[in-house]
Order: sequence, then C-alpha cells, then structure tokens
Amino acid sequence: MSPLLELRCVSRAFGGLRALHDVSFALAPGEIVGLIGPNGAGKTTLVNLVTGVYRPTAGEIHFAGRRIDGRRPWQISRRGVARTFQIVQPFPRMTVLENVAAGALFAAGARGVEAAKAAAREHLAFVGLAGQAEAPAATLTLADRKRLELAKSLAMRPRLLLLDEVNAGLNPAEIEQALGLIRTLAARGLTILIIEHLMRVVMAVCSRLVVLHHGELIAEGRPGDVVRDPRVVEAYLGSRWAARAGPAP
Amino acid sequence: MRRALGGAAAALALAALAALPFAGGNYAIRLATIMLMYCVLAVSWSFIGGLAGYPSFATAAFFGLGAYAGAIAQTRGAPAWAAWLGAAALTALFAAGLGVTLLRLRGHYFAIASLVVAEVLREIANSATGLTGGGMGLNLPILRIGVTAQARFYYFVMLALALAAVAAHGLVARHRLGFGLRSIQQNEDAANMLGVNTTLYKTLAFTLSAVFVGAAGAVYAAWVNYIEPADVFDVLYSVKPIVMVLLGGAGSVLGPVLGAVVFLALEELVWRKFLTIHAGVLGLLIVALIYLLPGGLLTLRARRLRA
Repeated sequence: MSPLLELRCVSRAFGGLRALHDVSFALAPGEIVGLIGPNGAGKTTLVNLVTGVYRPTAGEIHFAGRRIDGRRPWQISRRGVARTFQIVQPFPRMTVLENVAAGALFAAGARGVEAAKAAAREHLAFVGLAGQAEAPAATLTLADRKRLELAKSLAMRPRLLLLDEVNAGLNPAEIEQALGLIRTLAARGLTILIIEHLMRVVMAVCSRLVVLHHGELIAEGRPGDVVRDPRVVEAYLGSRWAARAGPAP
Repeated sequence: MRRALGGAAAALALAALAALPFAGGNYAIRLATIMLMYCVLAVSWSFIGGLAGYPSFATAAFFGLGAYAGAIAQTRGAPAWAAWLGAAALTALFAAGLGVTLLRLRGHYFAIASLVVAEVLREIANSATGLTGGGMGLNLPILRIGVTAQARFYYFVMLALALAAVAAHGLVARHRLGFGLRSIQQNEDAANMLGVNTTLYKTLAFTLSAVFVGAAGAVYAAWVNYIEPADVFDVLYSVKPIVMVLLGGAGSVLGPVLGAVVFLALEELVWRKFLTIHAGVLGLLIVALIYLLPGGLLTLRARRLRA
C-alpha cells in the first residue's frame, strides 16, 4: 500500500541551528504512530513542516501521492491534514461552537455558516463538549480547551491527524479519557501521528514509534523494541543508563 | 419580537432620512450629508479594522484617490455617475494591489505603513500639476440647478452610498467571509491552519474598506466643487473613522453608524461652544468616552439587557 504521508530526507535549519537533519519516514493509511524524543529534538518543527508553517531547507514531503512542501498551511489543511497545537489556540471571543464550525467551514468545505454549525455540534458531542457549545472559548478549563482543539481538528474532516502533545498538562483521569477518544478515532480508520512526552500514552495506543534526537531520526520500530534500543535510552537518560540497560536483544 | 422591533426601527429611521431634506434648511441638509459621509467612512473602516482587526490608516488615501479620480474625470467631461463609479473601481483596484503587499505586516507596522500611503499620494497630487492642478487644486463643473436642489441631490447620493456600505457590511458579517475575517482577527495563524486563505480574505476586506470610500471621495469633490491635495488627503479622514468605530463599538454594523452620528454631533456642539480650543475639548471628550466605555456605546445596551 502506498503511504499516506512520506518524508524524504527532510532537513530544516534556522540560521546555524539544524532543527531537523535528513529525516525520512512514512505513515501507512490507518496507522497510529508515536513521534517521541527529548525536549528540543525537533518534534514540533517536524509538525510545522508537514502543516506548511515552515518550508524544508532540503528534502520533499508527500501527502496522498502529491508533493505538499512549499504549499501554504490553508492549502495543506484543505487536502486533509489537521493538527492540534501544543499550546492551545482557540479563537477566544468566539463561542465553542463557532470555533469548531470554523474548521468545518474552511477546511472541510461546509456549504454555509449554518451547515458548518450543524456539523460542529456532532464533533462537540463526540469530544464531550456539547454542554458548553454556547460558552466563549476563553472560559474553558485547560482540559476542555484540549478537547476543543481536538473537535476543531476533527471538524476539518482530516485524513491525517497530528496530535502535538494533546495530553500535556492533563491529570491521569483526563489522559485516560483522551486515550479513549484516540482509540475511537483509530477504529474509524483515521491515520494519526502522536507527538508525545508521556511514554505511557504512546505505549498504550501506537503500533509503531519514531524517535528524534538532536533533529535526527535515531530509531524506528515496534514500541517494545524501541524503548530497549540503547541509543533511545541514551538520548533520554544518558550514556550511563544505556550501558546498564545493555545492548538491544 | 426583537426582530420585528428592529425592522420597525430601521423603517422609521429610513423614513426620517428620506423626509429630512424636505423638512430642514440648507444647513441641516449639509450637516446630514456630512453625517452620511462619515457613516460611509466608519462602516468601511469596520471591514478591515473591526472584522479583520487590522488597524488601517489608509482611509484618507482612498478618499483622496477617489476624489481626484472623480474630479479629473468630471473636468474632462465624463458624466457624474460614470466618474463616481470609475473612482470607486479605481480605488478598489488600488486597495487590492496595495493590500497584497501591506497586509503582510501586522499590528503597529501595518498601521504605520498604511498611514504613509496618503502622504505619498498627496505628494504625487501636489507635483503632477498637469493632471491635478497641484497645489492650485481642481475646480469641478457646477450642476445647473438651484442651491437647495443641489443640496438635496448630493444628500440622496450620499444616503445611497451609506446604505450600500451598511448592506455590504451586514451581508459580509453574516457569511463565510465575515466568519473568516473574525477568525483572522482573533488568531491569524490558527485561522490559516484551519483552512482560511488569509491573504485573500484580508485583501478582500481591505478592498471593501476602500471601494465605498473612493466613491464618497468622488461625490464629495463634486459636492464641494473644489478640491486640493491638503484637503482630501487630510490625515483626519483616516483618524476620524477609527474614533467613530471605537466610540460606537467595533464588530457590528450598528456600532460604526452610531459612532459616526455621535461623533458629528460632538464635533458640531464643541465647535460652536469652544471656538478657540475646540480641537482640545473634542480630544478630551473622546479620551474620556473611550476610557469610560472601552467597548463603545453599544455596550450600554448590552449592559442594560443583562441587568
């Protein structure tokens, strides 16, 4: 099967800083893949490259068989790539419903404002925010804002969903709820790339992990294998721990 | 019920506006014409400043450009209506071209850049003496009808323009374009990521903020019969609409209209009572109003409804 998203030797530099260097990997349709790595590894830069916020300094990005690097964010989002932000980005003075309707109206191409609002209600019900539909987005709690981000992304009717640390700042019960939502989405056949710090989350839902360190892809494979990879252990915990953990089986 | 009340109020206001030039004297008609012109400027600014949230100071540039385009066409024998339509089209085109470049800037940078446009156009108008008459100004052909008939004619032209601007604003605010502009105003990067073609939408808003102003400039030129660069490219044409919108309340169409009416009333009252220090008193009044009512006069109604 041809991949839904494919990065070919993608690099991005900011001045002298190499944020990403020669990264290649692919996502098959329907896959749930975790992208992990220590702080500053280049995870969010990778998301920004895929969504068109930045252009790669080298390499190509293909989505659904077409090259998307160099396209503008609104063009890429209309082709079916949605993201949630690590730091939530609601429209603060719009209602929760209007926030979600914006995604349905502009990316999913709803016929008008009313049709977009109707679609938005379904997505709000899915994430459990139906009760707050008419509240201004600025009044939501952090956990609810994260749900709002998710509902907005889903309203865009994406084929690929990039979840950039949706679980950061949530308590264990809230994380459990979020995991439930992600599993439901996966069961619907959505392709998901989860950018995470929390190993518990990626171990629970991902079929494959990709590990970034200092902008380079250092490991890729099944979650159980990847966490025992000495290079990964070294990246997270330092070389002393890597020596103690021993070589990968 | 509220909808019916609003409809009745609108019908009443329209009837009053239609009857005014036959009830009032020439001074009242003149004042009302200026009020309608202010409405056009304020509602137009609301497209880019109120909906998209871009603090444009380009209104004077559009006004002056429209005035000169209309005046030049009319002095060379074009019929008035053709000159006005042409001025509106030219101003819209100019704004679209300008917007593609200027709207890459945000916040204060955009404000300063848009402020400069009127200054540049004024210098051009000053030096292109063959076309504009330079500092000598341009005389426009006078309508061969009575003084009162003239006053009424221009009043109704300005009324039509104001109604067109209000209708366009109402339409835009309710539809996809208005929704996208509000998204841009609140978080442009997020809007872009949600599929809003931000460059196109901002340029459309900027063009809409110019087209009626260009027409108003051309009608103004014909109305006062004589224009010069310092008059029509006056920076106050950029500042006043912003004050009016802030005064009335940004975001809706009622706010700019209310702001324009109240601003003109204040201007007239203060001008009469404080001949020597009118500018200072008007400034203080505006500062006080904006401090006491940061959301504009419309929030008074909202507050009462909540109480």
